[in-house]
Amino acid sequence: MTIRKKKSPSGQSVTSPLDTEILIIGGGMVGATLATAFGQSGVDVCVVDTQDPLDGLDAGFDGRASAIALASQRVLVALNIWPALHPGAAPIKDIRVSEGSSPFFLHYDHRDTGDEPFGYMVENRKLRKALFHRLQGLAPVHVMAPASVTALDRRAGGVTAEVTGVHGKTEINARLVIGADGRASKTRDDAGIRLTRWSYQQAGIVCTVTHERSHDFVANEHFLAAGPFAILPLMGDPDRPGHCSSLVWTERADLAPSIMALDDASFQAELEHRFGDFLGAIEVVGPKWSYPLSLQVAETTIGERLALVGDAAHGMHPIAGQGLNMGLRDVAALAEVVLDARRLGLDIGNAVTLDRYQRWRRFDNTLMLAMTDGLNRLFSNNIRPLRLVRDLGMAAVNAMPPLKKFFMRHAMGLAGDLPRLMRNQPL
Amino acid sequence: MAQAAMKKNRKNASPAPSTASPDEIARFTAMAEAWWDPKGDFAPLHNINPVRLEFIRDHLARHFDRDPMDANPLDGLDIIDIGCGGGLLAEPMRRLGATITGIDAGQKNIEVARLHADQSGLDIDYRHQLPEDLGSEKGRYDVVLNMEVVEHVADLDGFLGAAAGLIRPGGAMVASTLNRTLKSLALAKIGAEYVLRWLPVGTHDWRKFVRPSELAAGLKDHGVEITDLKGMTYAPIERDWRLSQNLDVNYLAFGVKR
Ligand SMILES: Cc1cc2nc3c(=O)[nH]c(=O)nc-3n(C[C@H](O)[C@H](O)[C@H](O)COP(=O)(O)OP(=O)(O)OC[C@H]3O[C@@H](n4cnc5c(N)ncnc54)[C@H](O)[C@@H]3O)c2cc1C
Repeated sequence: MTIRKKKSPSGQSVTSPLDTEILIIGGGMVGATLATAFGQSGVDVCVVDTQDPLDGLDAGFDGRASAIALASQRVLVALNIWPALHPGAAPIKDIRVSEGSSPFFLHYDHRDTGDEPFGYMVENRKLRKALFHRLQGLAPVHVMAPASVTALDRRAGGVTAEVTGVHGKTEINARLVIGADGRASKTRDDAGIRLTRWSYQQAGIVCTVTHERSHDFVANEHFLAAGPFAILPLMGDPDRPGHCSSLVWTERADLAPSIMALDDASFQAELEHRFGDFLGAIEVVGPKWSYPLSLQVAETTIGERLALVGDAAHGMHPIAGQGLNMGLRDVAALAEVVLDARRLGLDIGNAVTLDRYQRWRRFDNTLMLAMTDGLNRLFSNNIRPLRLVRDLGMAAVNAMPPLKKFFMRHAMGLAGDLPRLMRNQPL
Repeated sequence: MAQAAMKKNRKNASPAPSTASPDEIARFTAMAEAWWDPKGDFAPLHNINPVRLEFIRDHLARHFDRDPMDANPLDGLDIIDIGCGGGLLAEPMRRLGATITGIDAGQKNIEVARLHADQSGLDIDYRHQLPEDLGSEKGRYDVVLNMEVVEHVADLDGFLGAAAGLIRPGGAMVASTLNRTLKSLALAKIGAEYVLRWLPVGTHDWRKFVRPSELAAGLKDHGVEITDLKGMTYAPIERDWRLSQNLDVNYLAFGVKR
């Protein structure tokens, strides 16, 4: 797709309207993956993002790493994004869940459900980079960034948007708009879609550490009084794989700023205190970040010629590492219903198609939000009877293989009515 | 369901016997504006449209040796949609690559269809005509679509003869209608019209519903052999229509012209 420039009578450069099928607002990890799915299937898409994608490739931009569940990894494989990530992705072979000083812990071993790992740990920055390169190679995809949508008209007959970027204004005609602009989605707010939101009064402190002993590709979720403390395996130095982890340290919101303000040595000491010494000596590498944690759900994920995906539709507690995974499920489901409609010759922004997407995702998202919220509440307090229930619960899950398998399949993202992309089928 | 009321109601229409009754025409013309509102009066048609299109696309692709997953699997096929209504089928078929003629007995339907095709940027030849008007186009079409029409016509045999006559030898017909069973009376007529209010009351006359055997026999007389029949069943939990083996209520037929 190219933008044709022509001279107006006044001699000013005017850009003629750009016709596309789908306008994606927000080219983050979710929006860019969706653009890949459409572009790979020959559907014209235009992606608008306020950020220059090159900024996102910098290590200082986003220090997080994401647990890519097995089902999400399949999406990345099918969309040809995985090859670029594969060498640096750390497989999660086991998950250990433990609690404070409790002697009980849950142990999930991937061999209980088959040969494949639960998922992989991938640095966000690497995923962004892989997506950036993949999009560049797709002819039907047109990326406009940094740019923003300054006017949006959605009506029964179609969509018209005005995009303002460094080169001026461009008018875009499309059949469908997708809001993938993250938690603070302007697309969602402008559409008048309300949000249910509650804050956990918790912050997630994120950093990367190296450690003396190998993590053996085990993920550890340790429940402390302030909330979950997750140690997630990274590949690290290719010559010495397994000696690097990503940490998500949940802390009371009022305490997080003072922890962030500590000097390196004191921060390290606080960290060691929580981390323990099971991996030997540890060392913080690179910067640390703090993110406020809140849960939010949009009252609907669709509107006239509009669908929301990813954090724009639902943001959840990172306790189960599911935010990106749920976003990728949105991607797989939406790409499928839209392509199915298109292959039937239907108008791709029609209400029946969008309804299918909404019904498909609603149940799944609500369930996941409830599960992660419930887990966090259950584990984020120190009331004695509750602790006993938790301990017994963890022991019980270990003792009951079918229940354990159920949780494990959830962790792998393999539960529920899966879209084709998550079932190793062509889109 | 609705696409056509088969009666000449144009000015100067000839008094020759026609295949539809005047009441039906009036009823459908009144509904015309609402055609394209997926939540409006025609919501049921919008809801069954994906299943109908899937049946049509897959059978035509197989018959004419195309890949149904192609961007334009119906490329170049000359198709006439009888009882095209507001164009709910004609537009998708055009997007799939076919050349489309749409005819309907309701003048207003044709106007709605033209207007909408224009908005969608699709070139479709819409005409206010009946199949029996198209004597000069006998044997022209690769495919005739007869979707939710036959249950509304007054003279079934005359209608089937005129429709079948438009297909070239080796061409195909796709038809869909409502079976005349007690279940269809309960579900489609009483359930859909009176209870669920999916359809305006009075949309259907159950006595005109057509059994698959009657459709097959009627078409055979005019050289069209039905090679496949499928049911359309509503899955209440998924709130979606599916193709099924159950022909009790809504069914689809694919036939080949000798
Ligand atoms: C501490 C923490 C740890 C986490 N760990 C995990 C994990 O292990 N696994 C997991 O699956 N998930 C995890 N998540 C969640 C995950 O990061 C998010 O769910 C995911 O990034 C959502 O992607 P997105 O593309 O929807 O939104 P974002 O990544 O927020 O992207 C939104 C994009 O839209 C652009 N944008 C914003 N506004 C506009 C606008 N007005 N116009 C145009 N563009 C705009 C932005 O520039 C950005 O590129 C974690 C979250 C936190 C806070």
